[in-house]
Amino acid sequence: MQLEFQGAIVNFATGGVQIDPSQPPVLMVHGAGMDRTVWSQQTRHLAHHGFSAMAVDLPGHGDSTGELLTTVPEMADWLAALIRSLNFGPVRLVGHSMGCLIGLEVAARHGDVTERLVLMGAAAAMPVHPDLLGAAERNETLAPQLMTAWAHGSRAHIAGNPTPGLWMRSGCQALLERASDGVIFNDLSACNFYEAGDIAGQVDCPVTVIVGSEDKMTPPKATAQLVAGFQEVDLRHLEGTGHMMMLEAPDQIREIVLAALQ
Amino acid sequence: MVDPDYLKFDTLSLHAGQEPDPTTGSRGVPIYQTTSYSFVDTEQAAGLFNLEQPGHIYSRISNPTVAVLEERLAALEGGVGAVCTASGMAAFHLACATIMSAGNHVVASRNIYGGSHNMLNLTMPRFGINTTFVDPRDPDAWRAAINEDTRVLFAETLGNPGIEVLNVPVIAEIAHEHGLPLMLDATFTTPYLMKPIELGADIVMHSVTKFLGGHGIALGGVVVDGGRFDWAASGKFPTLSEPYDGYHGICFAEEYGHQALSMRARAEGLRDFGAAMSPANAFHLLQGVETLPLRMRRHVENTSDVIDFLEGNDAVSWVSHPSVGSHPDHELAKELLPKGAGAILSFGIAGGREAGRRFIENVQLASHVANVGDAKTLVIHPASTTHQQLSADDLAAAGVGEDLIRLSVGLEDPEDIIADLARALRASQKG
Repeated sequence: MQLEFQGAIVNFATGGVQIDPSQPPVLMVHGAGMDRTVWSQQTRHLAHHGFSAMAVDLPGHGDSTGELLTTVPEMADWLAALIRSLNFGPVRLVGHSMGCLIGLEVAARHGDVTERLVLMGAAAAMPVHPDLLGAAERNETLAPQLMTAWAHGSRAHIAGNPTPGLWMRSGCQALLERASDGVIFNDLSACNFYEAGDIAGQVDCPVTVIVGSEDKMTPPKATAQLVAGFQEVDLRHLEGTGHMMMLEAPDQIREIVLAALQ
Repeated sequence: MVDPDYLKFDTLSLHAGQEPDPTTGSRGVPIYQTTSYSFVDTEQAAGLFNLEQPGHIYSRISNPTVAVLEERLAALEGGVGAVCTASGMAAFHLACATIMSAGNHVVASRNIYGGSHNMLNLTMPRFGINTTFVDPRDPDAWRAAINEDTRVLFAETLGNPGIEVLNVPVIAEIAHEHGLPLMLDATFTTPYLMKPIELGADIVMHSVTKFLGGHGIALGGVVVDGGRFDWAASGKFPTLSEPYDGYHGICFAEEYGHQALSMRARAEGLRDFGAAMSPANAFHLLQGVETLPLRMRRHVENTSDVIDFLEGNDAVSWVSHPSVGSHPDHELAKELLPKGAGAILSFGIAGGREAGRRFIENVQLASHVANVGDAKTLVIHPASTTHQQLSADDLAAAGVGEDLIRLSVGLEDPEDIIADLARALRASQKG
């Protein structure tokens, strides 16, 4: 699905289902350098289970046009305006990694558009390794390689893709390599310089947080610091799973997300 | 500077795609010799059939043993996914049928396997897909042959039987300039000698029967999806970028993006055409892949020894292999194939067709078979076998002379291979 918003095209995956405004809306927000397809194991399932599922491409990502937004608060303001323009009322926001920071900012500063948050690969601070940031700035393939290496648990580096025939490591790397020059550096910089403060304390809606035991990018300790600030939170642990948990453990993520959204 | 610390090629050859069996702990890959899979409940069954969740339904579409091989081959090639098929030709057909429809056009190298040539030249036109064949070494010919209906450029990494080295980066650039993917048959190189996706190819296919399996006991093919080509942006591939009624309006590019080809090839291609690999064959082929790096190193070493012998033999009029200095692609091979240019070579035998016949009939260790890439040394006379359906003009265009012997160098002791060739060459000259 594509629509025009603020003079640019916004692209969504909707699970191959026409959006039905009478169904509760779910908006899924991807992480740095990625796009809607990171939700490929969830979008279609939700779309066939009573939700208007929309996995969005942020501006300049995937098939969305428009200028890159350079800070997390800018991304959050854009997303809140997009949600208002859809006229669906408040949405259930599902975020991954940088998408979690965006979701937190939306929920904290635009509470009227957020009914519930589901966060995976979340932390209040996401400092980026300087070598990764440098490779991203130079648009080197090393940046997708490092992100791919660190984003997956040890199991995903060998096997375990539940979708027959798909190889997870190259899937992640290819997705990142498809990003236009500058996209990964833009997003990693936004994460690196983001200061959350007491953002969790400003979130009023119910929150579900999913943490992977082998997540090197937002380690369980960092997630725990964020979680401690929420007023109402349901924390779920996934053993043996890294940062790309929605692809590494799609069945468990679907189950948790569906339960949280219902 | 940090590095990604990926598992290396030799390790992936042994491990990628497999975990010890969760039920039995079996360390070897079990042969899941089953047609179908019990559903947990109707909800799960519906989800599987509707592509809402991953899993196995019926072994024509996917099978756990075959899936290990698919994941392993995708890992070795650096692709996002792979679909295994009953044979290499089934893989070629599956890839073509997934991205093309009647009215579309292919630009292909003229120096390809006879079976692939027949499919493009004789069979596909019956379904409205036509091909223009070009000299693989001539970039301008590739460019000139592309028209508005072209949907793919196709070649072999090493041509057949002349062992032409394809300049993959150059041909890939031509394809991409026109919004088209480059599909390569990499059977002769395997991912050990060349990784075409890293050089710009978008789809890689193999006859897994050959070097990947290595033992010559099981047929199989594979299509590997590079995942870098943007099917939607190209605007030329409606099977991937438009809603498909076969799964309630799903658009593969929208939902799966970089994995759209893999997903559609399985969900439609295996479902409808049914050229699935058997789990027993997948098991056999996996045993071969485990030793791929070890075998390819030995294939290359033995080939070097055999070439040295042939070049010094009076009954041999010429030797064609990219490692030979006189080969037109010698310098390109050094660049694109630093680990070696494979174990297939051709040579001309003094005395032409009749001497060739006597040579074939006098080898004892080498086997006269319609195959390549076996652990055992194989020989064939293409003009009377693999390329015999081609007309005289097509034979000439494909570089297949009547004196040409194709040799697939095996893993025997090189002294024994050379002794066998020497004996047969002597016999060939006693006409």
